[in-house]
Amino acid sequence: MSQNGQISAAKKTWREKVGLAEMLKGGVIMDVVNPEQARIAEDAGAVAVMALERVPADIRRDGGVARMSDPEMIDGIKAAVSIPVMAKCRIGHYAEAQILEALEVDFVDESEVLTPADKHNHVDKHAFTVPFVCGARSLGEALRRCAEGAAMIRTKGEAGTGDVVEAVYHMRTILSDIRKVQGSREDELYVIAKEIQSPLELVQIVHETGKLPVPNFSAGGIATPADAAMMMQLGAETVFVGSGIFKAAAGLSDSDRIASQSLRAKAIVEAVLFHDDAKKLAEISRGLGPAMVGINVDSLDESELLATRGW
Amino acid sequence: MSQRVGVASIQGDFAKHVESLRSCGLTDNEISLVRTPEELTSVDRLIIPGGESTTVGMLMQRFGLAEAIQERAKAGMPIWGTCMGMILMARDIEDRDQFTLVLLDITARRNAFGAQVHSFEQEITMDGIADPFEAVFIRAPEALNLGVGVTTLATCRDKIVAVQQGATLGTSFHPELTSITAVHQYFLAL
Repeated sequence: MSQNGQISAAKKTWREKVGLAEMLKGGVIMDVVNPEQARIAEDAGAVAVMALERVPADIRRDGGVARMSDPEMIDGIKAAVSIPVMAKCRIGHYAEAQILEALEVDFVDESEVLTPADKHNHVDKHAFTVPFVCGARSLGEALRRCAEGAAMIRTKGEAGTGDVVEAVYHMRTILSDIRKVQGSREDELYVIAKEIQSPLELVQIVHETGKLPVPNFSAGGIATPADAAMMMQLGAETVFVGSGIFKAAAGLSDSDRIASQSLRAKAIVEAVLFHDDAKKLAEISRGLGPAMVGINVDSLDESELLATRGW
Repeated sequence: MSQRVGVASIQGDFAKHVESLRSCGLTDNEISLVRTPEELTSVDRLIIPGGESTTVGMLMQRFGLAEAIQERAKAGMPIWGTCMGMILMARDIEDRDQFTLVLLDITARRNAFGAQVHSFEQEITMDGIADPFEAVFIRAPEALNLGVGVTTLATCRDKIVAVQQGATLGTSFHPELTSITAVHQYFLAL
């Protein structure tokens, strides 16, 4: 490192990219669709917001092609808050990513929630100054994204359902894959790298450290403080909450709905902090009003799943 | 020197500070994560890490840690804030009505160097540390309007990025993200 005074430009950027992900640890990142929601999120204690035109639940309901949000809308949210602002581009859509970088968003989510733009290639994330987060369902998928330059991995879960079952499955899969690599002999790593279709060097890092090379966050279906606490106990380092906050309290009047959503947002932030303290969680979970109704993932058709997008 | 160093673990890169403290030779018994006022009572000095100042300020207030830190600071406990930590310790924050601990007589300007795409690394020199070192700035703040008791320890790109007031230290950058332990050593000697 600095001892020889020679750090390549690319490596420097890498440390700064992963560095921002480090700063977001132990927090909650919330999906917001307008400046008002962004302010509710910031006031509740979100560490960052994801600016998008429709939350995943609405994308799911509306169908059609889901694309990057309007820059005007993203700028509006940037102006409303002081915390980092993230935005989504379609898988493989590097022109959308270039636009988001030009807008100076703090993180780009190359997201399966939007309609993929490339059937084979994800964005070459090394080519960007802005850091990227990508979804994954397994260690192999996570390491392929890291190889392309992702500075943060999140479980995919099944976005827009309010059903945490897939996020749990993906987190358990990634962590059990990691334990398997960690417990293997060094001379077995070559075959593991082949089997999980990931670069050997990254498999070796996992073997040595027992962790992904970048922070490991969780997303997709988190709707309650208990959901967030479970993901943190399972090993997530931060949680994304998409539709879970601003699709909650749907039947209430405008002012009651905002009050209830704001309460839920605060409660999820507190639940991440005290994820291992059941007494505090019981207090935190009290009287939050109706949660998002949600959709059972089991009731979805294979073709309706978002998590299977990306390769 | 037998002492226990606390790292505020409300949110942020506290685990990186723990790693740096271990690199300084501290054992796990000498390092303690601090989320609650009770946990603060067992430590002799405190590091407030990088993270989001709005989130951490709010949670520190909600669960009583803010007040407990202020009391310990008055009693002379050494405290060091990196990036977000320095913002939280400031007297006030430029253009924002945001809670702070008021432990350092400075105004903090958040994101003084710009958004994430303008984050950078640069070699800097710091008073009290012999050799220049590589400093990592991530959405970093700067210190402005220093009170009379506050000393500037380092500047970068014409901005004040390290300050000290008695046993209270603030840095805009993140020594915990590098293998450099000099700034941690400096703090441990305060």
